[in-house]
Amino acid sequence: MIRVVLPYHLRTLAGTGREIQLDVEGEASQRRVLDALESNYPMLRGTVRDPATQRRRPFIRFFACEEDLSNRSPDEPLPMLVASGDEPLHIVGAMAGG
Amino acid sequence: MTAVRVLVGTQKGGFILTSDGSRANWDVSGPLFGGWEVYHMVGSPADPDRLYASQSTAWFGQLIQRSDNGGRSWESVGNEFSYDGKTGTHQWYDGTPHPWEFARVWHLEPSASDPDLLYAGAEDAALFKSTDGASTWTELAGLRTHPSGPDWQPGAGGMCVHTILIDPVNPDRLHVAISSAGVFRSDDAGRTWSAANRGLHSEGLPNPEAEVGHCVHRIARHPSHPDVLFMQKHWDVMRSDDRGETWHEVSGNLPSDFGFPIAVHAQEPDTVYVVPITSDSEHYPPEGKLRVYRSQTGGNEWEPLSAGLPQANCYVNVLRDAMAVDNLDECGIYFGTTGGQVYASPNAGANWKPIARDLPRVLSVEVQTVT
Repeated sequence: MIRVVLPYHLRTLAGTGREIQLDVEGEASQRRVLDALESNYPMLRGTVRDPATQRRRPFIRFFACEEDLSNRSPDEPLPMLVASGDEPLHIVGAMAGG
Repeated sequence: MTAVRVLVGTQKGGFILTSDGSRANWDVSGPLFGGWEVYHMVGSPADPDRLYASQSTAWFGQLIQRSDNGGRSWESVGNEFSYDGKTGTHQWYDGTPHPWEFARVWHLEPSASDPDLLYAGAEDAALFKSTDGASTWTELAGLRTHPSGPDWQPGAGGMCVHTILIDPVNPDRLHVAISSAGVFRSDDAGRTWSAANRGLHSEGLPNPEAEVGHCVHRIARHPSHPDVLFMQKHWDVMRSDDRGETWHEVSGNLPSDFGFPIAVHAQEPDTVYVVPITSDSEHYPPEGKLRVYRSQTGGNEWEPLSAGLPQANCYVNVLRDAMAVDNLDECGIYFGTTGGQVYASPNAGANWKPIARDLPRVLSVEVQTVT
């Protein structure tokens, strides 16, 4: 079970609280977590990564365990503490005003 | 009992303003999709309870929302807008090639007869079609791949398809307008396109009479006169009497022929409304007086309409998609401003009053007359 903290607009869109829990098949990676996120919450499809290119949107960041994971490979395993459910993966909207 | 529903898209959400046929008192509901940009919200002429909204932010991309109960509840539907095939480049502001990239949907245009059929005008300029109530989208790529496409360049707001007109007699005939490429027409349901800008003159182009490159801000028509089109261009108000084959200027005595929206009276095909703006550098009304101008002669002769509108220290703009009319016998005219006001006139422009005052910057206004 992976814990994911969503930004405000995605919480309201998905009708969830701040944190959700996802079952991820196999070793947890950004890609697998996002696959599970979009599968469980289809209304979020396209909001975190481009549906065609699968690239992270420019104003989206991934943080966990006080590290910025945004520019790591989507297939790289997530930190152990995230994979074990002890720490959440934070999906963050970049602070850019507005 | 007749009611009027005004759908307002703003920089920070959507709002629905409702009134009975008297249009004297208004209820405001919203914000819908609070904090998101709602470039456009529109109802299906075939089913007034079917509404569509374009919702986006730079952070989370594009969403399309659909309602089947007049806006009481909404469902997030298809948001995959994939360009068909290999995309090339268009011109960037500095004249260099720039890759075609999807940014957002500016405008949704539902069919008059089928609530599940609608078109979406996108930035970077492309036209998409859905036949399943916006669940899935297919690009009508003949527009973007027009031979002039590599020469198109963005207007200040982006390179967008912002106007889509479906011919009321022959729905296979479509007109779209692109900033800043101009008007394009299809007679085969969007498969192939031809430029329809003959007669336009734009000083900012190397060839002011070029086939494409004109910054057309908005086109409009009356449903009973499908061959007649009116245009508000970057500068100049124009008219075509032959479905956009040729255009001629009808700016006449306007104080400025720069502006964004243009609308046609619901019952009088030769009554046209514009909102003059000082200039391309000063996007606010001349003399700080907000005035709608009306021509009852199909152009050239214009009269100011200002009763109830601010006539001092007013420096708002009215964007291209932010003016609309209702279908009541005494035609109502509505527009929204960049200052967050929505003004309505229940008597064809003779008198105005704000029906919402302090909304976010208004991006679009559509009106439904509901019975």
